[in-house]
Parts: sequence; structure tokens; C-alpha cells
Amino acid sequence: MDLRLSTARESAAEREAVDALLGAEDREASNNPGRDLLLPALLAVQSRAGWVSEGALNYICRRLDVAPADAYGVAGFYRMLSLTPRPPAMAYVCEDLVCRLKGSEDLCLELERRLGPPTQPHRPGNSPWQRSACLGQCDRAPAVLVTRAGVDPEQLSMLETNPSQVLTAVEGRSLSPPPGTDRKIPQLDQKALRLLRRVGRVDPSSLSDYCKHGGYRALPHALHLGPEGVLREVATSGLLGRGGAAFPTARKWEAVANAKAKTHYLVCNADESEPGTFKDRVLLEEDPFALVEAMAVSAFATGCEHGYVYIRGEYPLAAERLAIAVAQARANGFLGARILGSEFAFDLEIRQGAGAYICNSLEGYRGEPRTKPPFPVISGLFRKPTVINNVETLANIPDIVLEGGKAFASLGTKDSTGTRLFCLSGCVRRPGLYEVPLGTTLGALLDMAGSVPEGRTLLAVLLGGAAGSFVGPEDLALPLSFEGTRAAGTSLGSGAVMVFDDTVNPKELMLRLAAFFREESCGQCVPCRVGTVRQEEVLQRILRGEKGSRKQEDLALLSEISQAMRDASICGLGQTAASAIQSGLARFGDLPAEGKR
Amino acid sequence: MKPATPSSMIEITLDTIRREVPHQFTLLQACRSAGIEVPTLCFLDGMTPASACRICMVEVEGSRVLVPACSRQVERGMVVRTDSERVRLARRMVMEFLASSVDLSLAPGAQEYVNRYGARPERYGSKDLPAPATVAQPVKVDNDLYVRDLSRCILCYRCVDACGEEAQNTFAISVAGRGFDARIATEFDRPLPDSACVFCGNCIGVCPTGALIFKSEHEMRRDGSWDESRQTQTDTICPYCGVGCALTLHVQDNRIVKATSPQDHTVTGGHLCIKGRFGWQFVQAPEK
Repeated sequence: MDLRLSTARESAAEREAVDALLGAEDREASNNPGRDLLLPALLAVQSRAGWVSEGALNYICRRLDVAPADAYGVAGFYRMLSLTPRPPAMAYVCEDLVCRLKGSEDLCLELERRLGPPTQPHRPGNSPWQRSACLGQCDRAPAVLVTRAGVDPEQLSMLETNPSQVLTAVEGRSLSPPPGTDRKIPQLDQKALRLLRRVGRVDPSSLSDYCKHGGYRALPHALHLGPEGVLREVATSGLLGRGGAAFPTARKWEAVANAKAKTHYLVCNADESEPGTFKDRVLLEEDPFALVEAMAVSAFATGCEHGYVYIRGEYPLAAERLAIAVAQARANGFLGARILGSEFAFDLEIRQGAGAYICNSLEGYRGEPRTKPPFPVISGLFRKPTVINNVETLANIPDIVLEGGKAFASLGTKDSTGTRLFCLSGCVRRPGLYEVPLGTTLGALLDMAGSVPEGRTLLAVLLGGAAGSFVGPEDLALPLSFEGTRAAGTSLGSGAVMVFDDTVNPKELMLRLAAFFREESCGQCVPCRVGTVRQEEVLQRILRGEKGSRKQEDLALLSEISQAMRDASICGLGQTAASAIQSGLARFGDLPAEGKR
Repeated sequence: MKPATPSSMIEITLDTIRREVPHQFTLLQACRSAGIEVPTLCFLDGMTPASACRICMVEVEGSRVLVPACSRQVERGMVVRTDSERVRLARRMVMEFLASSVDLSLAPGAQEYVNRYGARPERYGSKDLPAPATVAQPVKVDNDLYVRDLSRCILCYRCVDACGEEAQNTFAISVAGRGFDARIATEFDRPLPDSACVFCGNCIGVCPTGALIFKSEHEMRRDGSWDESRQTQTDTICPYCGVGCALTLHVQDNRIVKATSPQDHTVTGGHLCIKGRFGWQFVQAPEK
């Protein structure tokens, strides 16, 4: 492509960061590295320089043969990239539902007092902090992610944190983890765990420890069963996707296994960004080898030669541990050519996200959804047949292979087989990640987490995250299964279970939900781009309780906005952008103009 | 498109009537061939559908959500409703969303949909309500050939695609920003003359709302002298090179006020280069 670049040049540091990723520039080379390295290259500059300058963008464009306007559009899409100068250290303060309950607004007030108003994403500003959507740390709220750009860039998740810790982090020279709780999961003492059996018990950076605790038994067995054998067991297991859509895993796998077009890709979606969801993070941080093994099994069954793990940019520890696991697996013949001495070859790459709700950025484009059909199993990554599975879905695979699909199907209910991870957060005594058989009642799950604190009563539970819906104290007998929740007009979604007691103001919850969807909309389609803005405006009008009798009209308007977004948006974000708010309006009914705090 | 052989025809049901249509048709093509009108904004014949505006949504039995007619291919046995309550509501809301946030005054097609579907953009804010968010912004005038009035932009992606791989392969503009702040931009919002823009004007040619507009037209509209009732259109062939692009000269008061090319022309597909699009000022130069 004939690139027309401005005269702005990259600095030595920016060039170094890009070259470390792409290799030194060779102007004689006939072909450039792939465009899919655009986001990694932008992230490399961001973490070296703290922002992406015009010179750096030009250099990346030249190296990757991408037009600067195009790359600018991509860079401006992702929240963790900045196109204007930023201080080297930045604190991203979670302002989502649960952190809000645990004092994130007070934290923000104090930071504002000490550091000035927050920087706005993609606007000029030199304040070293900005607000952020859910960071996936709801069991240890309030959470702050601190990044420090430099030769050795650092990222640190600060949990159950306070203003002085955050100030020390952004003003200090390097990031050191503050003393905090090291509680992995509340069910640590339980024997019957499956997905969580190694969490908190093994050294997550040791392959031999993983093997000592049952690791790498499924992969050899899968090689013995053959691809058809594995597919058969997965089909028998009845496993449904755990990312939120509950699609039968075997059907995806079979479609890709049978697809004639080559190459086949396997993508693990580790970009969980649904507020209230942190299950994939725990699995990645505490049992990363299990994912690497599960992906090898999946690739074997579906004929995938190459895999990607698209991991949230907000999960530095998970990315670090997964990288160690991949390297160790590769060094020991569990990834690469001739895996375990067989003909089977598979390798995987880790790609970090940069703060977007949807995972379509692996190819180096804006994180906008594609129109389906064609579905990814036919035309996915690089337009090739692609299996896309969530971390938790894949984590079920080794047991299915080892014990057989039948044994798996005997757990849970008839239509919702196996166990499920639930992310308990908010007003419960023991927040954290819980594993229970599907079909366990909501009440039983809440009891495990110790229910609401002494002297308070349960107000509502937001099931499935921002895309889910509110249920109430009368729903404690609700079986947490796909069919049980569907029958009750709700869904398990991503497994988020956010609990609110009577000290919580539902108005604030709904306004935050509306703001979340406005901020996360990618802007591609009209119903979501404008609908999420209008939803927030009308909701504010209703909840401000302005004089006049407009409320009924506005409620009707909100319901029409909701229907249009659900029916006409391109992707799941827009389609569910009104779900929780509509259920909240129905539940909390006639909200007082000025709610209790 | 080649005429379909009978064996490649499939049966679908459109608004309760069974019809045979070529299997490679989109629902939009199927509807049009059956004489059913489906509204479109971002769709343009000859370009890959962006499926972004969502005005062409129709109801397909068995589908949880509505589907975009412009890009969804027909399937055997599909049962489609193009005018159900759900469809009309979605279309009405799309027009309310657009009309309440974008200046549609130079988009007669969009205005017609506002009326047809009974959209009431005033519901989002009028005299006694807080003003709704809009995309209003100053007009960008940074060259002598065309202006960018992004207050009129509905983000149909046509200009980006025409500048990129659908026609010009220049990639001077892209969608930048995100959500309601998404907008069409050059890198770092540079002025067009400093960007990769080659001033072919194909972005103007495909813009459905007047957000990208000839500077001549913009200025005449501003001073009130633009009057399409006084304009004639003359078809000719571009005199500059041997390609033979069809040109339509729009003439008002014996002056060329803009040049276009027919969308369905086999040579141009509606696209021109800088000379054909803008190289006619000499005809009416005062020093001639």
C-alpha cells in the first residue's frame, strides 16, 4: 500500500518497543508482519511511553503497512490506549456496581481532592487517574488497576484498596503489591470441587505441580481416543458454553472439525468484561496449565493448528501466569510440533486486550462485532473456521475426556449438565468464586456465601451481570440451571451473582447500568449507539422525578427503546443493554424521587 | 448478476406469499424482486453491506432477533415478515434515534422514513425537557473542493468503505472514537490536505445525508442560492482520459454546480477521480 505518513517520527524508545515485538525493520523484506499485530504493537508503545504519539503510530503503520487513519481509528477504540500524552503511572479506578458499594466513590473523591479531576479516556489530560468499568475483581472491591509505563512496564491490580495506597502507587517509582488478603476461593477446604480443585492448592507456575495434581492426564487420553472419540464424549456430556450464550460446545466443535477450509483456529475468550464476573480470572491466575491442556485437547478434536487466548488487558497477573504456563508446556512437549510424540501439532499465542467489551480485535481492527451469519465456525478468525470457547467452558474438557461424557452428564440437571462457577459479590459475607452443580438453588448458593450481613435484608440479586436481570428474595428457590432461569424469565449469563441488601439505593444501580452500556457501546449500529444514550437520558428523567405527569410516558418510551435495542442491535451488548434496567424498573416499581442511601 | 437457473431457485415466504428466488439473493434482493419495499440508509448497491443503520430489519421466523435484509442471504423455507409490529417499531425507533441526534435536513430519503414510520424525535427533549445529546459540531472547511459537515453524519460507513477497499483504496478516513463519540476522521483529525486524501470525492458520491458535500453546494446552500428546481442535469463523458467515465453535470443558472456519475454505470459504478469530480471550474472561470 502507498502509505502517506506525516513527518512526525518515532522516538528511540518507541521504535525499540515496536522492534522488540516485530523484530528490527528490514526495508528490503518483501512482506510485512501481519496486520493482526497492530493491537500488540500499539500496546507495546503504550506500555513503554505511556501513550501512542503520532510518530509512534506512523512507525507502526510503516512496519505493518496499515493506513494511519485506519490505525488511528483502531487505537482510539481501546480504552487502555491513549492518543494524547499521559503521566507514566495511571490508576484506573473501578466505578462499577460492586466497587461502588464498597466505597469506590469515596476513593474517587479523595483522589480528585489530591490529584485533580480524572482524565477522560481519549481526551487530553495529565491527571494520573481515570475511572474505569468493572475490573473483574468484585470479590475484593474496591479495585484499582495501576499501570506504569517504561523500559520495564508494570501493571498491578490493587484490591480492597484505599486512597493512600493508590497515591503511593502512582507517585512512587515502582509498583509493589500492597499487603492484602491472599484468599483464593472460599471453598478451599471442600473436596468435591472439579473446576476449582487445584485453585489455591497448586503452585500455578509449576508444570510439575500441575502434573502432580492430576494435570496432563487428559491430553494423552484424548490422543488415544482420537478426534472422533473426544467429540463423542463432549457430545455425550451435554456441555453448554459458559460464556453466557449457553451454546452446545459439541455442535461448535463438530462444525469446525468437519469444515473443509483450512486453517482451523481455536480462540479462547478470556476477555470477560461483564460487570460482576471474575471466574475466568481466577482460573487463569490459579490453574493456568489446565487451560493450556484443555486447549490442546480441543484443538486436537477440531483440527486446529493454532490457538489464541484473548485475555483482558485488565488481568496482568493472569496474563503473566498464563505466559509462564504456555512457555513451560512448550518446553516440555505439550505444545508445538509432535505433541507427546504424536503427529499432532498445536501452538498458542496470548493476545492482550486493551479495554473493550467485545473480542473481535485479534485481527487488528476496531472491536466491532461482525454480522452473523456466517458464524465463526464457518468464517471466524482470518475468515477461517474458528472455535471460540470461554475459559470455563474449556476448563470442563479435561474431566469430560478422562471420566467420559456420561459421568459429566450425571452432574447437574438433565438439560444443564456439570457444575458451574458463580461469582458472588456485593452484600454477602463471603464474596468469591463458588463451584456448584447446575440446578443448585439461588438460596443455597447465597447461604454458602453467608448471605447478607447481620441485621440487613436482601433487596435483590443481579443475575448474569449487566446483561442479566434482577431477581428478588422471593426467588431463592430458583434453580440455577439454564432451563430453570429461562423459565423464570432470566438467565445465568456469565455466572455473575451480585447481591444487594436494603442499604443499597436501586436508583444508583440502574443509573450506573445505563452509563455502563453507553460507555461500552462500540458505536457501530444505530440502535445501540444512540439507544444506550437515550436510555440513560430518559432513565435520568424518570429517576429525577421531575414534576409533571411525564413518568408514565417516559416508562413507555424506555420500554420501546429497550425493544428496539433488543431486536435490532448487531450484537449481544446492544441486545441486552436494557435487560437489567427493565427488570429493575419492574422490580423496584415506584421509585422514590430521592432514594435512601 | 447472472440470471438464475431454475435449479438454483429456492422457495421462501415473503409476507405470507410463497415465492421462488435465486438462492444467492439477499432478503433485500428478494423483497425488491417481489415488489416489496424495504427501507435502506447505509446500504448502497454495488457496495458490501455494512448492516449498521438497522432500518432494513425484517422478521424471520425462528430468529430471536430481527435480521438485516441488506446482508442476510435467503435460505430455503425462510418465512419473512417485512411489515410486522416488531419491524415497524424497530424502524420507527431507528429513525427517532437518528432524527433526534443528527441533522437530517439534507437527507430527503431519511426524512421520508421519519414520516412513514411515525417517528417522534421530540420525545427525547423539546422545550420543557433537557436537550438530548446530538452529534452537532462545527463544519470542517479545510480545502477548496469539499466540506465535512459531520453534524449530518449517520455513520453509515459508506465513505470509509468507498475511500478504502470498496473503491479508491486510499484509506484516508476511518471511523475513530467509540460509541456515541464515534466519528469519521483522518489520523489525529488532520486537515484533509495533510492526509492521504486524493480528493476523488467518492466519499461525497456515496454520502446519503449531505455530511460530505461539494464546497460549491455548501456555499450556495449557505447563502440561499442553491435551488434544485432551477437545475438541469446533463449526461456526458469525462473528457480527461481514455477511460470514458460517465459524468452528470448539475447546472444551475448556466453554471456547473456539481458533477456526479450514475451509480449503475458500468464504467464508474458512481465513482470518479479528482478531475472528473472537481475539474470543471475552468469552464466557468472569469478569466476564460
